[in-house]
Amino acid sequence: MIPTLFVLAYLVIVLYIGVFAFRQSRGQAEDYFLAGRALGPWVFLLSLFGTHMTAFAILGSSGHAFNFGIVTFGLMASSSAFVVPVLLLFLGTKLWAVGKKFGHITPVQIFRDRWECGHIGTLIFFLQAALLIPYIIIGVMGGGTTLSVISGGLIPFWAGGLLVAVVVMSYVFFGGMRGTAWVNAFQTVLFLTFGMIAVFVISNGMGGFSAIAEKMLNDPKTAHLLSREKFSPLAFLSYTFNPLSAIAFPHIAIFCLTAKKMTQFKKTVMLYPLCILLIWLPCVCLGVFANQAQEIPALAAKIDMKMATGRPVVADDVMLQLLGHFAPEWLAGLLGAGIMAAVMASDSQILALSTMFTEDIFTFYGARERFGQKAQVTTGRLFIVLVTAFAYFTALNAKASIFDLAVQFSFAGFSAMMPLYVGALYWKGSTKWGALAATIWVAGATIALFYAPRGFTVMGLAPVVPMTLGAAFLLWMVSILTPKPSANTVERYFSV
Amino acid sequence: MKIAIPLLLLAYYALHQDFWNWTSARPLLFGFLPIGLTYHALYAMGAAALMALLVKVAWPSRLEAWAEKEPGE
Repeated sequence: MIPTLFVLAYLVIVLYIGVFAFRQSRGQAEDYFLAGRALGPWVFLLSLFGTHMTAFAILGSSGHAFNFGIVTFGLMASSSAFVVPVLLLFLGTKLWAVGKKFGHITPVQIFRDRWECGHIGTLIFFLQAALLIPYIIIGVMGGGTTLSVISGGLIPFWAGGLLVAVVVMSYVFFGGMRGTAWVNAFQTVLFLTFGMIAVFVISNGMGGFSAIAEKMLNDPKTAHLLSREKFSPLAFLSYTFNPLSAIAFPHIAIFCLTAKKMTQFKKTVMLYPLCILLIWLPCVCLGVFANQAQEIPALAAKIDMKMATGRPVVADDVMLQLLGHFAPEWLAGLLGAGIMAAVMASDSQILALSTMFTEDIFTFYGARERFGQKAQVTTGRLFIVLVTAFAYFTALNAKASIFDLAVQFSFAGFSAMMPLYVGALYWKGSTKWGALAATIWVAGATIALFYAPRGFTVMGLAPVVPMTLGAAFLLWMVSILTPKPSANTVERYFSV
Repeated sequence: MKIAIPLLLLAYYALHQDFWNWTSARPLLFGFLPIGLTYHALYAMGAAALMALLVKVAWPSRLEAWAEKEPGE
């Protein structure tokens, strides 16, 4: 009961932050959707990181490590620690500069202006929206799982998911980007602090990680989890393509536009790898060592099923089970709130979708001119309600684990969209027809992926590799064969 | 410098594929961190150092001035 109260108190605090941000707002679209392009360096770092690290990073990673071992860290964390800051340094700063210079709020606005296109931008909007929805669903699923486990089943999954969806929706609804950024910064601090405490407490409770590691190494059934012997090096290589999605995620791209000065990227670029290390290493360790937590009935059942079938099991609640068993109630509550903090990062994705809808559709097709800026913000808020409701009802029926859902659709799709950003920002010769060809390829490949069997590969490579290379090739090939945008547009973008 | 930075990035990317640690768990750092995990934790730390270097030598400072320049200036 005590942990549940802590988590509920946490939800009240973030709700209050949203209301506080609402009081600071000036009611204009740029203020609501981009916090007036005025976020300071620390809030920028913490909230950008919080925006990127979701339920996937906390619950999904420990669940994946429980099934597959230490390979999880190399698959997603260390590759992200290198690739994401490089993207922020070379693409994030360019996005910021272009947004600042031409007043753009969304990536599609940049594409439309850069390639002199209209409806192709609309197509890109729909693809981005379709790929972002699974990520929002992940947040709702994570919220439902967390509350359900922490309350010992007192709050069922559907009620936990509903509560999280309503709280997230409320502070995004009222606080816009400012509220979302403040909440994310608060959440990141909370999780970074309590995540480390969790590792020590659980390690002590389990009798020390050294003893567990030795025990696992001496058991042939678990020894492989401490190396990568069962994982193909080619598949491992494929996963380095997934972090390319970071800059193509609309919520990250839009977030890049909120910095007050470009120099605010400096701290973020330098400290990002360390933040990733601090979040992922404890989660992966706990996930792996949970294979020895036979004294927890829920985990013992998962271990037995894994051994009996030789197949991975749904294990998104591994971290929470460890916490509930080994931490004292008050600490489990604080740590649960910390986990909830990371799980609730779906806020920025919901806001991004709303920003994209109001700018790329509502405004582009003339509604802002007709109804005014206040109507645009109101439409954005209504859209937030609709998206959250849709994500919630879909989450109730989602069968896949958090990790699978993220990797299969969102990461692969957005990684494959990354060449569009490189083309628009760095290649004078790119054209709208090249962008159209790449977009259709990504959409088609994502649909094919939806129907493909789980674990589907192309010559041993994860689908993200051919999807990304295919998009890059089509962008290049079709662009060299089709007419370029006007010299004036190219000059505007490349006069740096 | 124009060639050195992409080469440096490519070399660091290649270091991610540590095939030499693939099948062994030992030695265990601090008694519990397998070598494969230790390597990648160090890789993340190295990435932070590399980023600090890139911010120093490859920071796109002209971009900020360009972004803040009014049209026609």
